[in-house]
Amino acid sequence: MNKITETLMRIVSEYDGDLKGAYNIREDGGCAARQSTENIKIESKEDKPGLEVHIKAGTKGETVSIPACVTRGGVDDLVYNDFFVGEDADVTIVAGCGVHTDDGGDARHNGIHRFFLAKGAKVLYTEKHVGTGEGTGKKSIDPVTEIFMEEDSVLEMDTVQIRGVDRSVRKTSATLAARAKLVVRERIMTDGEDFAQTDFDVVLNGEDSGADLVSRSVARGKSRQVFNSWMRGMNRCTGHSECDAILANDANVVAAPALEADHVDAELIHEAAIGKIAGEQILKLRTLGLTEEEAEEKIISGFLK
Amino acid sequence: MLRLEHVAWTTPDGDQIVRDIDLTIGNGKLVVITGPNGSGKTSLVKLVAGIMEPTSGRIYLDGEDITDADVTERAKKGIAYAFQQPVKFKGMTVKDMLELAAGEDMPFVNVCGLLGKVGLCAEEYIDRELSGSLSGGESKRIEIATVLARNAKLSIFDEPEAGIDLWSFTRLVETFQELQNEQKGTLLVISHQERILSIADEIVVIADGVVEKAGPRDEILPQLLAQPHMACCPQGKREIW
Repeated sequence: MNKITETLMRIVSEYDGDLKGAYNIREDGGCAARQSTENIKIESKEDKPGLEVHIKAGTKGETVSIPACVTRGGVDDLVYNDFFVGEDADVTIVAGCGVHTDDGGDARHNGIHRFFLAKGAKVLYTEKHVGTGEGTGKKSIDPVTEIFMEEDSVLEMDTVQIRGVDRSVRKTSATLAARAKLVVRERIMTDGEDFAQTDFDVVLNGEDSGADLVSRSVARGKSRQVFNSWMRGMNRCTGHSECDAILANDANVVAAPALEADHVDAELIHEAAIGKIAGEQILKLRTLGLTEEEAEEKIISGFLK
Repeated sequence: MLRLEHVAWTTPDGDQIVRDIDLTIGNGKLVVITGPNGSGKTSLVKLVAGIMEPTSGRIYLDGEDITDADVTERAKKGIAYAFQQPVKFKGMTVKDMLELAAGEDMPFVNVCGLLGKVGLCAEEYIDRELSGSLSGGESKRIEIATVLARNAKLSIFDEPEAGIDLWSFTRLVETFQELQNEQKGTLLVISHQERILSIADEIVVIADGVVEKAGPRDEILPQLLAQPHMACCPQGKREIW
């Protein structure tokens, strides 16, 4: 594992010189390190690049880390990772990704993750993305997340794009069976000429299934963001999606939410708000002794927390 | 000591909202500003806090001319201001805001003490977001706690009673009395409430942008209570105007 990978891993994962639990460290398209545990087995796919992660039924409190790092220009990494989470397991999956280029070549990581949650399984899935390096090459991360949830399963997805990613298109889809619950928290910061797009497609198939999607973003400079969400209620269910964006400078944000109810007891709500930082918010913090610039930073960091 | 000399504020459209006000407020006093709606009370305290700039006149704090100091500078000089309509902040918690106000990290026990002064239980509120999930009354009480957290030289409260229930109002009156007894700073409160007026050291009545009368509570309050419309008001949260 090279120094850049180590640096990126400290940002995007729980790496502090060591990773606990099961893990696979991906560096420039290859495997830099791997460890399975008694309950969590990580194996390479045979037909294409990527992993199969099998989590035994009833596994509690364990963590799987699968950080992926691209440390130079000219790397276009594509990986397919599948997670099979057994019945009543309760685990944390950490899938941070960092891309770095110090040259003119583009650095890209495209992780296609599929989650298969068995009955009663519970997963906390965290995903941090960052771009670093002074190179002129584009830093791109294009994650695809497909989630299949059986009865009574729960998935909480916490995804953060911290900084420095020139381009990202993230696609997240989920299909929920009866009483399954999906919670997504997304935070994105773009600046300069960055572009970030988010597409959610959630199908609430099962009775009493529920989804709560909240996306908060800050667009600065001349960056552009697009938020698309499509939530479909096919049964008695509850769904909420929320998109809040703070706009600054010459940035551009498009929010295109869609709800589809195909059952009379489907209760679906969408909220969307785009705007600059409210003047009264800055004023309030200035009455506490902050300068205008300090107030703006505090408001943004709180918003994306 | 806060001193206003010939302070005036006129809107860009030429409406004179605050006219030639002279006022002196001594340190450690609880001073209540009252008067009819639209009389210029809120504009006056905003001029003191630096949220608005006077069109003429000077403002002094402990002898220092702060007229040209902006809102941040005035906050640093010891002026705290509780907004009449609290501002919402998505993502920022009650604890975050109180710590910002105090200028330091706060242990739970301190947060608990502050929120207790406004009738809130810290365990229930400390991690709540300052967003739409809080009711108007809850937001208002947290706004007041924010100002209390600052331990300021001059704390300004604009209608602190608005939107809060009777129990919390009683607790708030007690808190003002505690602060008054401790004499840690000056309290400048805009209120129409008899119970707040009745604990004031001094009362200032503003009408049509000017000081109509000002003086010790025992001199001014009886005059206000003698107004004809007061006879039919119920006790408890009785309003003067």
